[in-house]
Amino acid sequence: MSTDAFPALSLVPKSDVELSAKDFKTDQEVRWCPGCGDYAILAAVQGFMPELGLRKENIVFVSGIGCSSRFPFYMDTYGLHSIHGRAPAVATGLAVSRPDLSVWVITGDGDALSIGGNHLIHALRRNVNLKILLFNNRIYGLTKGQYSPTSEQGKITKSTPLGSLDYSFNPVSVALGAEATFVARTIDSDRKHLTEVLRAAAAHEGTALVEIYQNCNIFNDGAWEPLKDSDVREDNIIRLHDGEPIIFGANNDKCVVRDSSGHISVTDLATADPAMIITHDAKAEDPGLAFALSRLDDSRSLTNTPIGVFRDVTRPSYDRMAQEQLAKAVEDRGPGDLQSLLRGSDTWEVS
Amino acid sequence: MAKQVIQLDRVVIRFAGDSGDGMQLTGDRFTSETAWLGNDLLTLPDFPAEIRAPAGTLPGVSSFQLAFADHVITTPGDVPNVLVAMNPAALKANIKDLPRGADLIVNADEFTKRNMEKVGYASNPIEDGSLEMYRVHAIPLTSMTVEALKEFDITKKEAERAKNMFALGLLCWLYHRPTEGTRAFLEKKFGSKPEILAANLKALEAGWSYGETTEDFSIQYEVRPAPMSTGTYRNITGNIALAYGIVAAGQLSGLDVFLGSYPITPASDILHELSKHKNFGVLTFQAEDEIAGATSAIGASYGGALGVTTTSGPGVALKSEAIGLAVALELPLLIVDVQRGGPSTGLPTKTEQSDLLQAMFGRNGESPVPIIAPQSPSDCFHAAIEAARIAVEYRTPVFLLSDGYLANGSEPWQVPDVATLPSIDPNFATGPNHTKDDGTSEFWPYLRDPETLARPWAIPGTAGLEHRIGGLEKADGPGTISYDSENHDRMVRLRQAKVDAVASTIPDLEVDDPNGDAKVLVLGWGSTFGPIGAACQIARRSGIKVAQTHLRHLNPFPKNLGKVMKSYERVIVPEMNLGQLSMLLRAKYLVDTVNFNQVRGLPFKSAELVDVITDVAASLEETK
Repeated sequence: MSTDAFPALSLVPKSDVELSAKDFKTDQEVRWCPGCGDYAILAAVQGFMPELGLRKENIVFVSGIGCSSRFPFYMDTYGLHSIHGRAPAVATGLAVSRPDLSVWVITGDGDALSIGGNHLIHALRRNVNLKILLFNNRIYGLTKGQYSPTSEQGKITKSTPLGSLDYSFNPVSVALGAEATFVARTIDSDRKHLTEVLRAAAAHEGTALVEIYQNCNIFNDGAWEPLKDSDVREDNIIRLHDGEPIIFGANNDKCVVRDSSGHISVTDLATADPAMIITHDAKAEDPGLAFALSRLDDSRSLTNTPIGVFRDVTRPSYDRMAQEQLAKAVEDRGPGDLQSLLRGSDTWEVS
Repeated sequence: MAKQVIQLDRVVIRFAGDSGDGMQLTGDRFTSETAWLGNDLLTLPDFPAEIRAPAGTLPGVSSFQLAFADHVITTPGDVPNVLVAMNPAALKANIKDLPRGADLIVNADEFTKRNMEKVGYASNPIEDGSLEMYRVHAIPLTSMTVEALKEFDITKKEAERAKNMFALGLLCWLYHRPTEGTRAFLEKKFGSKPEILAANLKALEAGWSYGETTEDFSIQYEVRPAPMSTGTYRNITGNIALAYGIVAAGQLSGLDVFLGSYPITPASDILHELSKHKNFGVLTFQAEDEIAGATSAIGASYGGALGVTTTSGPGVALKSEAIGLAVALELPLLIVDVQRGGPSTGLPTKTEQSDLLQAMFGRNGESPVPIIAPQSPSDCFHAAIEAARIAVEYRTPVFLLSDGYLANGSEPWQVPDVATLPSIDPNFATGPNHTKDDGTSEFWPYLRDPETLARPWAIPGTAGLEHRIGGLEKADGPGTISYDSENHDRMVRLRQAKVDAVASTIPDLEVDDPNGDAKVLVLGWGSTFGPIGAACQIARRSGIKVAQTHLRHLNPFPKNLGKVMKSYERVIVPEMNLGQLSMLLRAKYLVDTVNFNQVRGLPFKSAELVDVITDVAASLEETK
């Protein structure tokens, strides 16, 4: 694999040997429930890792708390299973101080958007070199089935027998609102698409948020079924490709258009004005289109759900700038001299 | 006109005014000139939490007390000999502390009807005789400053603002302080505003000249330099000394320093100071909240940096879960708690020692953390290095408990020779440490050093040592997740034993017991060292036999602490809390203590401690 594919990882040492997915598997027994979507994600990530061409000792997986956060224990890299919601902050400290590492954050909808919402939005705006994989199953799994911040309003769960009252978060909208430079969405069971999105995220300099629709077959089975059922999924999924017109449907018969007021909507391709069909532009500085796309789907029926890279723009990463400040300080003032620091400029002698 | 010069051995001055009057700056400058003269000194700034409380009101009063002497002193003084009150509010807020016969310099211009009404003076105290027990110098500081600056092209308001320099000039004359340092300081501060600079210099000079010419001051005072050991000295506050200690710890260990911090009074100056020293490899990260301050530092420590987080009590409360994670991960983490009055938001700018039990026990589960407390502003430097040593060598979070008094107080500091500072050995793991049954080798992240019980610190980038750790209980040795009950019992005890083992590297507690025959011991910790020391000296001068000892290590305690306590008939424990150390002492050693507790937001007054010592010593005599 050419190293040029991941310029954002230019400071991370390359592996001398070709690694395989097997090299990234640990001897720990995987303890997710049988049938959990996490297995597919784990396999996809382990399968993708060798493509980075990095030394595996320079890769770190950091997680918070929740089912998904057990992930680092199954990756034969360095790994840190931290506390609830704090993984982005832990990973920020690590990534900022160690630019020679490829740092991945594994989190879930509760971990990232409820207890850890603050850390997530600040990691995104800072643009630290982190790749955040947010497993969204719209439910609390490890605590056994309470509603989550992405559960649809009215959800009947153990803690909401009459239905949940909170309005839900849309993680992609949240990330775009938090000034994220890279935001994508994919699906656990679509390994090819998941791998493509991981590749794009790894190539991005700065924070990448990847929302992965993941099925919890115990507490919220079928939550993403309209996007998985082979009979209907292609009519529901909008696959975003940068630079291409947004056309979708099992028969490629639907498209996304912008009307004269700027509003975007889905319409039949046959009757659409070709000039109004939107060409996806993930590199657009203005996040307006990406945000509009993130609002296109119906969060209950999941019709018109875009997947792929919503936004991928260039902005210097926090860690790079932080390291530059350190280097500049040494360049301008020389390496610190402790004795002269302690003396300061205002001393007197007692003889 | 030559004036009479009187030699004094010790002077305590308090500058008091509105928060916007520049009293802290005036105090700082006077301190700097005093330090340069070679007096020993200690300072006590006292200011409101509000940046600019309503002008002329009692809550808006800011003060700066300074003691200086021709001998070594350990407190900023119980009561001032001189009070400079810039307005009626400053007079009202401070007059109760002024002893009979003291000098009182007031800014007469500010004693207007309106200003006096604001603070409840029905008549002018300067004129109504209520201040007759003091030597009152009522000086129209504002109008004299404005008059002196009339030739300058500045607004009246700008001229009025220079009145603190007029006051400083007068005090410098009165106490024979030089003004060169202040001139240099002003030149640096107002270099880009030549007119303001000239005006301030002129105000300073006018204040000096006023002292020289006025009949109001017939006497000048002199305080000779204090005999101090030879060397290079500078003045330093606790927060700066603490920041330097952190920089030094990075240098001594060869580790990059990572500070994750969220601004909070009175700890923010440590963040400000460390952010200036990037050329020492010090990376400062202003986090989104207290929790991220601690967790980002843990992430950096995982990566092989010296992770540090600085805060005050409310911040510690938020960081508790993260500190517990560091206990479980067994990674170095230096937690600096500059204590302030609590609970909750409490008294942000006032000092207190009430976080000891929070540091000791404020986490879920059995979660032991070593605790260190500095005893003076300059001692914050050495205490920070000691805390970092324990954190790095034992792979553990360590609390450094400073407080508001140490943070902002200052004293002369003999600049240490860096060659004499201890080294700190991170001793990173470089290879496998365990042989499997099949003869191949592997890395066990929780295989401990048999002596220190510290686990190996293997940092990312080290080939072959890839491992996963977290907050879940780990198997003793391999470090894999373990829910085994026997293993958990063993791991809980091992973590405790590791922290207890730190005691073997702590020097024995030394007792100051001049003749070795005292029956009363005063045992303190942290910033009360100075007032307790002064009180013991005063008590001894009146014939009371009293010993003093002071704890730097609060967890674990020095090995001989129990023996020391048991060798005295009475152990007095003064604390600026309701008895937190004494609770620990009683629980561990079954030795009773005589507690003296105050939570007034200010350091102890030595005189009050002398009374306690006197009473306890007398009660011993009576029981004989």
